[in-house]
Amino acid sequence: MILRDVRRNKIKTGLIITLFFVFITLLVYFLSLFLFDSVYIAALIGIIFASVSAFVSYYNSDKMILHINGAREATREEFLQLNVSLEALCISAGLPLPRLYVMDTPALNAFATGRNPEHAVVCVTTGLLNKLDKYELEGVLAHELSHIKNYDILVSTIAIVMVGFVSIISDIFSRSLIYGSSRDNDNKAGAVLMLIGLVFIILSPIFATLLKLAISRNREYLADASAVQIARNKEGLINALQKLETENEPIEVNKATESLFIVNPLKGKEKDSLWSTHPSTSNRIERLQKIQ
Amino acid sequence: MKWLFLVIAIVIILIVILYNYLVRLNIRCKNAWSQIDNQLKRRADLIPNLVEVTKGYASYESKVLADVVNARNQANTMSDKAKNSEKVSEQLNKLLMLSENYPDLKANEIFKNLQIELTGTEDKIAFARQFYNDTVQHYNTAITVFPNNIMAKMMNYTEKEYFKVNDDEREVVKVEL
Repeated sequence: MILRDVRRNKIKTGLIITLFFVFITLLVYFLSLFLFDSVYIAALIGIIFASVSAFVSYYNSDKMILHINGAREATREEFLQLNVSLEALCISAGLPLPRLYVMDTPALNAFATGRNPEHAVVCVTTGLLNKLDKYELEGVLAHELSHIKNYDILVSTIAIVMVGFVSIISDIFSRSLIYGSSRDNDNKAGAVLMLIGLVFIILSPIFATLLKLAISRNREYLADASAVQIARNKEGLINALQKLETENEPIEVNKATESLFIVNPLKGKEKDSLWSTHPSTSNRIERLQKIQ
Repeated sequence: MKWLFLVIAIVIILIVILYNYLVRLNIRCKNAWSQIDNQLKRRADLIPNLVEVTKGYASYESKVLADVVNARNQANTMSDKAKNSEKVSEQLNKLLMLSENYPDLKANEIFKNLQIELTGTEDKIAFARQFYNDTVQHYNTAITVFPNNIMAKMMNYTEKEYFKVNDDEREVVKVEL
């Protein structure tokens, strides 16, 4: 069951990286084509640029995500109970100990990121630590550990960083398209830039949709179920989800990273729709209560 | 002649695969055991601190706990170790619960941290025990079924003991009516 999920997640990640690679290569190829006249040089630059950016995003994605959400390391001295709980749950899950981070905010939320269990991070908000008791906290941590165990973190982290990369470039281009069009540029260069800009404006929402498809909502149900298995206690997670639903407040997080969190950090309550990144909390609680 | 070689080659490959499989399971059991052992040691290291902190409040209980921990070294078989561990847990919980009666002990920073560490260690022991027993069950099944049992016998692999108190060793509680 878990092995099948892991394989599927690795295939998805491979697809995302390939798409990203092809896309960036083509983009840089066309750009450099209009700077240099040789097709070979342009292709070479395109491939080198795409390889470097794919490589950097793959190995640094977790650091980027922690950085844009302003997380800091949770030391054993400062957060003893949190560290001890995570250590215990890791023994139960048979996972190496992930690095532990906190976000200083009164909101209740948590997420996991990284590329594999050996390079994983769990991050919780300080609000969560203040409002949840030990068992509820363990439920949330176990949920994050199951995302690590079945490699959900790999797909979502890579998707976020690579799609984010494309949307930043697309932003730059669409802006230069709007502001640049009034100026009287060299005709050839202007035409190429405009074409690339158009391609990006069309592709950017397609990429964003792809991101949501890559990260299926079903994985939240699966992670809830295996969290019960890891923590050997379902009341903790159920109570925690209830608190997360009723006592929560939105946090200022980067929009791209919203799908990583245990509950949607931007909105308070939501109903299931085709485009929501998370299943509704009441549906999740209902499914949890059906276990055994 | 050619076919004979092929058959022999396949048999050798199968034996190697089976051998490696059993060795791997054995190592996994050892690793699982060392997880429990680490936590038992960690608990034994923490307990003297707890005894020190609580001495002024519950001297009798502290002394009992210290004695129970010292008895740990005499255990040899797995079920003895499990029984010992259970006794320590019981006494430990008693002592931790006692703190409810002493507000200034409860507010003591060192005691609070010890309490978190020790309850955490208790959780870890429980999880590690579950993990070990699952691993041992897998191993015991693997070396019993045919043809693994022949291989296991040649490798001198025997069934491993679970980390739990055997049912027949549990003390019978007398209920007087």
